[in-house]
Amino acid sequence: MTTHNADDQAVTSASWLSALRAAVVFVLLCGGLYPLLITGVGGLLFPHESTGSLITADGQPVGSELVGQPFSAPEYFHGRPSAAGYDPTAVGGSNWAPSNPDLRARAKEDSQAIQEHEGIGSDRIPVDLIAASGSGIDPHISPEAARIQAPRIAQARDMPVNQVEALIERQVQGPTWGIFGQPRVNVLKINLALDGKDWRK
Amino acid sequence: MNEVIIIYALTLLLAWPLGRYIAGVYSGETGMGGRVFLPVENGLYSLCGIDPGQPMTWQGYGRALLKFHLMLGLLIFGLLMAQGLLFLNPDGIGGMSWDLSLHTAVSFLTNTNQQHYSGQASLSYLAHTFGIVTLQVVTPAAGMATLFAILRTIFGGRDARTGGSPEARVSVGNFYQDLTRAIVRVMLPLAAVAALLLASQGVPSTYEGAQTVQPLDSNVAMEQQEIPVGPVAPMVAIKQLGTNGGGWYGANSAVPLENPTPLSNLVETVSIVLIPAALVFALGFFTGRRRLAQVVMGVMVVMSVGLASVAIWQENMPNAAFSSLAAEGPNLEGKEVRFGATATALWGSWTTQTSNGSVNGMHDSFNPIGGMVPIMDMFINVIFGGVGVGLIGFLLFLLLAAFLGSLMIGRAPEIAGKPLETREIKLVCIALLLQPLLILGFSAVTLAFPGLTGNSNPGYHGISQVIYEYTSAFANNGSGFEGLNDNSIWWNITCAVNLILGRFIPMLAPLAIAASLASKRTAPEGRGSLSLDTGTFGLMTLAVIVMFTLLSFMPVLILGPIAEAMATIH
Repeated sequence: MTTHNADDQAVTSASWLSALRAAVVFVLLCGGLYPLLITGVGGLLFPHESTGSLITADGQPVGSELVGQPFSAPEYFHGRPSAAGYDPTAVGGSNWAPSNPDLRARAKEDSQAIQEHEGIGSDRIPVDLIAASGSGIDPHISPEAARIQAPRIAQARDMPVNQVEALIERQVQGPTWGIFGQPRVNVLKINLALDGKDWRK
Repeated sequence: MNEVIIIYALTLLLAWPLGRYIAGVYSGETGMGGRVFLPVENGLYSLCGIDPGQPMTWQGYGRALLKFHLMLGLLIFGLLMAQGLLFLNPDGIGGMSWDLSLHTAVSFLTNTNQQHYSGQASLSYLAHTFGIVTLQVVTPAAGMATLFAILRTIFGGRDARTGGSPEARVSVGNFYQDLTRAIVRVMLPLAAVAALLLASQGVPSTYEGAQTVQPLDSNVAMEQQEIPVGPVAPMVAIKQLGTNGGGWYGANSAVPLENPTPLSNLVETVSIVLIPAALVFALGFFTGRRRLAQVVMGVMVVMSVGLASVAIWQENMPNAAFSSLAAEGPNLEGKEVRFGATATALWGSWTTQTSNGSVNGMHDSFNPIGGMVPIMDMFINVIFGGVGVGLIGFLLFLLLAAFLGSLMIGRAPEIAGKPLETREIKLVCIALLLQPLLILGFSAVTLAFPGLTGNSNPGYHGISQVIYEYTSAFANNGSGFEGLNDNSIWWNITCAVNLILGRFIPMLAPLAIAASLASKRTAPEGRGSLSLDTGTFGLMTLAVIVMFTLLSFMPVLILGPIAEAMATIH
């Protein structure tokens, strides 16, 4: 292997045929074997998580821990605005810029609806309740966004407000290890708890 | 704030040993798993009919790389068009149009992962794994291979054959050996670990079809909710690690199925910068020039922290559209509650500093100056940069800085003891100037015919959307101001042109420069030569990068994000 025959040898090694063979081999290795192996091991180790983290109540699949659902009835906690209508096959955000008049118009409508439903001024509305999520299926709201809904839910369900408030505090998930992520409430889980449904993974 | 500092520290701490390991892999050390991996590699070589010991000239290396990519591209282009007729398609998804297939194949072949479609609805499991995942493993490996070919040629690593031979006879290594080592010893093992971590957090890993559930609130119009799943975890892991960025779901890692928890977000964020940062450390170990690696890392970290701070500060400011409609808070439009503004702004910065392009929030809805940061990151494109190609791009700026610096102190320009002459500087200029030429040229044409743009936002932000798309294509990034209606023949074809030129010219021109330098007589580095491994030279390189970027792109930044920011201040 000397410097002088480098050029001749390069021709054979860089032939079209070896390029094609290498392409096929790496498609099978990286696109076939690798995902197959990981998917197999993942499914074995994490059977609940690997198929979409579904939760069931009374034997029926009622949703996924990870996927938000639309709620509009007054006896439920409501989630965030969604540009995808909470359809996981159409995920996405509004993609409207702060300078876009459509964004202002939508936020105004949402803000007024919340002021009416919850009987509070706009200065008490947590911003996540009028901002559409990036995925369109955000399963969470901020703890404050849950708290402002407590009086309405208590009234609709004819139960004491402090009971709803206590439920919220039990459902608040803090940042992981006190550092990573934001405090939040899973809307589907807290609504299942409100219904007294015994859900399981 | 603590979150950001910890993520930076953790990433660099992990990158250091990984860099050492990768340098070992390319120095041919058999330790550290070599005994396990070597038989696998030898098996692959014989399957492909390749002799890994054959040296290649830079032209031979480039030809092997291009032929291999062309074959892969043709296979996967065909797969995308025919996926509707093939197996592993439980949700019955049809084939793609020719122009969308072309754009998608080119986009993944160039390590860009710009997506003009929504993955969960447009790709079968077969296309997702055999097509997309393959390219997500192979293309960063090709970047890494080329980087080490260049390093060993310029700085004289193990395989370099230097010493006054004509450029056409300088061996730069063997492409298939460099490629296979990156795939077998680096990409696949790391991806396997990350994929299992993600699966534990709830990223789906199954070949079953979509799940269907009945929503709880009977008051709403939705009767059934269809939840697409699939072998998502292995794809998301390599998408993050290989500066790929193309996700399973349309809204990428904002989607809770692709990024379920703050812990999965931590794993995915660290994975964005891990390998590009490790390669900078590997530069030091591989060439024995540790101080040069420190200088390069210093310049990259300064740019990274500076720009990320602007994005984090801006996204923690209120969205102008919400003023007086809600309590004051950060800009949460297009962001997820579990991550919040800070983690999303950090991700948005890193994903564009590395040519990754995945997102965990929508950049289109960032505040104007917050959204300018990703664009600036992609203009620069060498703050960490793509796997392999980021450092290759940085070396171009290093050459330019060495050239200018030498002239400033009145020396004949040289690098590592080799004279920098007309041929090298011409190639540097071609590789660098192609970027503003293509991005600004295509943007100007597209904006001149408003029917072509497909904007979702009016005014200045519409300009930003077009600039973002071409910048992202040329930078091989793949993120977007995603409101843009970009699945048209115009966008698919023009982006494909940018993708190919933006990938292969900045990769192969430096390889030619390296071979050209290696063919020259080495003058011993003495007191008179410019030393690359000092803080002063680092500052010089930083200044060259900043000035080059601002001179090329300042006017267009003013027309887009800066004008938008001024207009939203009341």
